[in-house]
Amino acid sequence: MKTILIADDEPNIVISLEFLLEQDGYRVAVARDGNEALEAISKQVPDLVLLDVMLPHLSGFDVCQRIRQNPAWQRIRIIMLTAKGREVEMSKGYALGADAYITKPFSTKELLAQIRAQLAA
Amino acid sequence: MPLPRRYALTLALVAGGVLVWLALAAWVLWHDLSAAEQDALGAMLEPRAPLVLLAATGLVFVIGVLLKRWFAAYPATALRLSEQVRDIHAVGAETRIEPQGGPEMRQLAAAVNALAVVHRTLRRSVEARVEESNARLVQQKNRLAALMSQLAQSVLVCNAEGRILLYNARATELLAGGVVDGVAGAPVGLGRSIFGILDRSLVLHALERLHDRMARQQADPVAQFVTARAGLLLRGQMAPVLDASNALSGFVLVLDDITRTVEAGSRRDFLLQQLTEHTRASLGNIRAAVETVQQYPDMDVERRGRFTEVIRDEAERLSLRLDETLARHPESLRAPWPLEDMLAADLLAALQRNLASTVGTIVERAEAVPGLWLSVDSYSLVQALSHVVAQLASRFGTQALSIDVAQEGRLARLSLRWTGPPVDPALVHEWEAKPFAVGAHGQAPTLRDVLHRHGAELWCRGEDGATGPRADDPEALPAPQRNRLCVELPVTQPQQMAAPVHAARSSRPVYYDFDLFSQPGQTPEVDETPLVELAYTVFDTETTGLSPSEGDEIISIGAVRIVNGRLLENERYEQLVDPRRPVRRQAQEVHGLTDAELAGQPGIEAVLPVFHRFAEDTVLVAHNAAFDMRFLQLKEAQTGVRFIQPVLDTLLLSALAHPGHSDADHRLEGIAARLGVPVVGRHTALGDAMVTAEVFLKLIPLLAERGIRTLREAREASQKTLYAKLEY
Repeated sequence: MKTILIADDEPNIVISLEFLLEQDGYRVAVARDGNEALEAISKQVPDLVLLDVMLPHLSGFDVCQRIRQNPAWQRIRIIMLTAKGREVEMSKGYALGADAYITKPFSTKELLAQIRAQLAA
Repeated sequence: MPLPRRYALTLALVAGGVLVWLALAAWVLWHDLSAAEQDALGAMLEPRAPLVLLAATGLVFVIGVLLKRWFAAYPATALRLSEQVRDIHAVGAETRIEPQGGPEMRQLAAAVNALAVVHRTLRRSVEARVEESNARLVQQKNRLAALMSQLAQSVLVCNAEGRILLYNARATELLAGGVVDGVAGAPVGLGRSIFGILDRSLVLHALERLHDRMARQQADPVAQFVTARAGLLLRGQMAPVLDASNALSGFVLVLDDITRTVEAGSRRDFLLQQLTEHTRASLGNIRAAVETVQQYPDMDVERRGRFTEVIRDEAERLSLRLDETLARHPESLRAPWPLEDMLAADLLAALQRNLASTVGTIVERAEAVPGLWLSVDSYSLVQALSHVVAQLASRFGTQALSIDVAQEGRLARLSLRWTGPPVDPALVHEWEAKPFAVGAHGQAPTLRDVLHRHGAELWCRGEDGATGPRADDPEALPAPQRNRLCVELPVTQPQQMAAPVHAARSSRPVYYDFDLFSQPGQTPEVDETPLVELAYTVFDTETTGLSPSEGDEIISIGAVRIVNGRLLENERYEQLVDPRRPVRRQAQEVHGLTDAELAGQPGIEAVLPVFHRFAEDTVLVAHNAAFDMRFLQLKEAQTGVRFIQPVLDTLLLSALAHPGHSDADHRLEGIAARLGVPVVGRHTALGDAMVTAEVFLKLIPLLAERGIRTLREAREASQKTLYAKLEY
């Protein structure tokens, strides 16, 4: 069973994502800020992280960079979720090691398809 | 030799000569005769001796009369003629020579008259042409003045060295030295350096870009910049002034106060961005919840209730946010931070130059993609990045790096690469938030501000595959790696800026002096510059008493400026100073300033720096300058301001111009009376400075008559005079 970490501080999106992913047969962990996300990863390395950019304390970009700096965490797939729709931010996300970058609002079908594609790759 | 004497002399010579010649002939004849013939002739002549004498006298008389008539007809006429020709030459216009004397002289007179007619016609047409072009010049100047005074923008015209040749009243208003603690300052003035008014490196940066654009033969070379000054945000546009050979001989600077528009713009920009982000987030949450409910129609009631609660909650937040934003919607139109189109290659070059000169970093620059344009405030961006490199240098000892720029679709990625320890993102955030100094005049922006203005993002990471500080063992010493700092910003297409049209303002005088275009500037050659061509600050001080060494203090400073031989009445400085000690009674009787009037005025430590800026780049002039300079020098340590420019003293200069007068005659009143300068407002610092300035202007030509023309000659001659030995 694949593990997915949701790093988002908004309960209103977490509730949907958690339910959908569980229904799709993933094991789901939730972190409410950047530090919590890194802690969760070091406890149990997930297969994929759904990473919100605007996290309290440590931003999504910073978390992404930390993950990519650790050789043991290289196979984690990172999908960044954000309400910031600017192209330059998307580019920054890819430059810092994200595998996909999805702007809110998004279609849940497409998100699930993206997650499947990332885990299959 | 005067004519009558020449006549007498000529007469004596001619008459004497004829008589001697006749006597000689008679003598030869006499000796040729035989003795008998001699006796016979002697007997014949002896009784007729009076007759012979009479004939001789008559001959002399006849010669005299003929000679007189000849003199009158020729030499005397020629003399008169030459005087009349001189009159024609001097007075010119209408005098004509009347024909007189001998016929040849009459012909000559007629010829001269004909010449005079031609001369007059020629002269008149030259005068007419000069007058015409003068009138045209005045008209053009007036037209320019009218145009400039109508502009809502501040306009400054400077020569290539940055000296101000022309400015309008708006420029004075906008750039008035910032009233600090009630101390007035008027730093805009003819002949002043623009570098004393705006940040030097900013103006040089713009000039450099202007040069680049001209070298590339761009059709309309203009450079733009934005700077903060005394709490205002100014947008500057710089355009070149070309000389006959199309080289840069100066520049026109147009300044706009954009503080309010940018403030309003940033506010609106911020609101818009917030609104977008919140809307995206809420919509995302709603959409995810709806889609989940749709996908799993048979979920239990409690779970379904939680999803519908999310939808209701987010929809409510969305409408609330919208109402809030609309209520706070700013009236003003959006005005983004003005950016300038620039080739990426030029930005790299500017960055390389600045890094080399300010941080001392060795920079290897890769060729940029040709034709890649960016929309940037290049000055801020270069300053901000230089600041980051300076941080790298001081923290990690980074001394060499390479820079390049690559295009990534609609974005350009500018990279700085170097080898060194990895950089913690937290450290980069710290740099982003810390203000960097941009110059003396404004609040310093942060790197984040600059990035935000450009819609840019910045990050720093190791090159592909390299590792950073180990997350599982943060204490381990990080190994050096290839680092890369990226700034990504949008690509643009170059476009021409349209000139803005402005409403008319009430007419105000415009101050100009284009002779400053040929001003040599602030160099050692200043010493060899003629006195008439220099810029002066003529000043005077009033004091609590006459003994600075015993604690007497300055209570008032007044000054005016002289540029290119003109007293600039509008550029004056006047400031009262609180001496923080009582005014002596004798001094008070002279200037009439009381302790009560001085209380609450700024102290000398606030006044002198402003006066120093007023007097920047000029020669100081004062009457009995040693006295005033002593007061200024005693304050050097306290105020940190030194007046090191050349000083001239009208007391000494007057002694040089009129060496015959007594000491008392070289008091300011005495000199003013002698030179016809009206004495007004004596014993106020500004009044005395005005009188001194007018006296000084009158002294310059008098000194020139005595061979004192340059500043060096004036200083050396002053030192030699007796008065120079006076010590206060």
